[in-house]
Amino acid sequence: MVTSLIRRMIQAAFVIFAMTLIVFIGVNVIGNPVDILINPDLNQAERALVIKHLGLDQPLWSQYLSFIKGLMQGDFGDSFVYKRPALEVILERLPATLELALCAMVIAIVVGLPLGLYAGLYPERISSRLIMTGSILGFSLPTFWVGLMFILLFAVQLGWLPSNGRGETAMLFGTPWSFLTSDGISHLLLPALNLALFKTSLILRLTRAGVQEVIMQDFVKFARAKGLSESRIILVHILKNLMIPVVTIIGLEFGSLIAFSVVTESIYGWPGMGKLIIDSINLLDRPVIVAYLMMMVILFVTLNFIIDICYTLLDPRVRLEGKG
Amino acid sequence: MDAKLADTTGVDNPALLADAPPPRKIGPAIIRFLSSPTALIGTIGLLVVVFVAVFAPLLSPQNPYDLMQLDILDSRLEPGSESFAGVPYYLGTDGQGRDILSGIMYGLRTSLIVGIASALVAAVIGTTAGLLAAYSGGRIETLTMRLVDLQLSFPTILMALMILAILGNGVTNVVIAIIIAEWATYARTARGTALVEREKEFIEAARCLRIPGYRILLRHLLPNCLAPIIVIATMQVARAIGLEATLSFLGLGASVTQPSLGMLISNGYQYLLSGLYWISFFPGIALLITIVSINLVGDRLRDVLNPRNAR
Repeated sequence: MVTSLIRRMIQAAFVIFAMTLIVFIGVNVIGNPVDILINPDLNQAERALVIKHLGLDQPLWSQYLSFIKGLMQGDFGDSFVYKRPALEVILERLPATLELALCAMVIAIVVGLPLGLYAGLYPERISSRLIMTGSILGFSLPTFWVGLMFILLFAVQLGWLPSNGRGETAMLFGTPWSFLTSDGISHLLLPALNLALFKTSLILRLTRAGVQEVIMQDFVKFARAKGLSESRIILVHILKNLMIPVVTIIGLEFGSLIAFSVVTESIYGWPGMGKLIIDSINLLDRPVIVAYLMMMVILFVTLNFIIDICYTLLDPRVRLEGKG
Repeated sequence: MDAKLADTTGVDNPALLADAPPPRKIGPAIIRFLSSPTALIGTIGLLVVVFVAVFAPLLSPQNPYDLMQLDILDSRLEPGSESFAGVPYYLGTDGQGRDILSGIMYGLRTSLIVGIASALVAAVIGTTAGLLAAYSGGRIETLTMRLVDLQLSFPTILMALMILAILGNGVTNVVIAIIIAEWATYARTARGTALVEREKEFIEAARCLRIPGYRILLRHLLPNCLAPIIVIATMQVARAIGLEATLSFLGLGASVTQPSLGMLISNGYQYLLSGLYWISFFPGIALLITIVSINLVGDRLRDVLNPRNAR
């Protein structure tokens, strides 16, 4: 257990190291920072001065070292647009994105799990077939287009929900949250639904596949033969055995929800990290881009690491494999 | 995420497809393929989409890129209204007076070209890497598969964003981004299938005959691994088209002069709140038809090529 833990930690550290190299080379070698950073109107002498000031006259390895040093201290330089440390700008937006992603995840679970359970238990019913067809649509529909159609339907035609921004927020733990006010919730609903669409289909299909697998097993037949009530069989015997794969997927997909929130945030003007990175790419705000990319890398590596550990704890087969 | 989706549907499970002999008779396979109504719908939809895209200049009422044909007086007309000169706009016009229908036809071209080109190149790169890994084994295999695992642990859209953040905006860069983001899926599938095929007797026979390695790879291993790769490639075209549309919508992809469907939808975004739904709505429907058609075809292909269902 401990050896595999250490081995995975070394692997994770190596991945982060490799990604710093890729991001650094990508930004500093493929894209020329001089063109991006320096005002083209400057004359040769001023240019040289700025290059020296930014440390761009140093050899690449020494630039890389100072990049790593900055990374360790959380210093990515100041954002060109906001004139403040890039990391600070991003971290400020983090709660909004987390809130959106969490809400979307809750919606996906609350809708996807029961529907998948139903479709798995009664596959022959027409309603189950409808659910499954619906889930194919959920996969195929381009998220951003559905987002626009939501705005059209709920904000423009029906006028039920607002379509832009976070609305009124309330403070909790020193950060503003939308879900604490009714106005905030009405602002949160559309983007969260939009973001949840794909994951709902995913969880639905996984649950259904899982139910159909579990329902064939002997312990379910035995529970039936014992005369247990149907609800007990479903809730205890089937659902419990479903949870391992479903929980894993939920963990894995949480990261991708944060990545996909880029699209939803842009549509609904949700002031989170996703909208920030799109704006930054369009404005060539390099420090923010680099900080965002590194944060995402670290986030995903950490997530995968945690999931790996959970696997080891939950599934004895993985543990044994590690030993052998 | 690609991988997980595929897992639940069985595409990615090499064991399911491992024994697939290359289809000897094409005729019965096609009949079996079309015997499913959804596959028939998908095929028809796909044919229509491709037909429209290929013959867009002949079919479209207007060339949306020819400024001479545009009239600003015709801007933001509702579907079904007539132009100043009496030409009907079946699906309305956008803010510059471009016919939406014509825009969709031309936009389909860009979307399809980007989708097919990137999926094909990714397939070639990924399959080569996967086959080489499986065939040579050892350090090459470990290294390739580590890279694949690493890449698959990041969502596609994040990979694409990363690459676009480094390379900058533009259609070519979007294609590169999609290729880099999706080659890993092919590599994993190809390796999985090839690992099974490699152990079979015909490969051993070829080795005994001292056929050179590249020839065994190309003529013996590759044809027997194609079935699952074709299925994945079909699905990936749909994914690539969707991804390109998303990136264009975010303003990172196609240029204004050569809009893809995503760009057209994005153009309508600013008019949405004033209720001018058609500018975004119809290109979205076109995108939906394209993606669903390809997915239906891919779904059926998987069933037909899967030996478990063939018996």
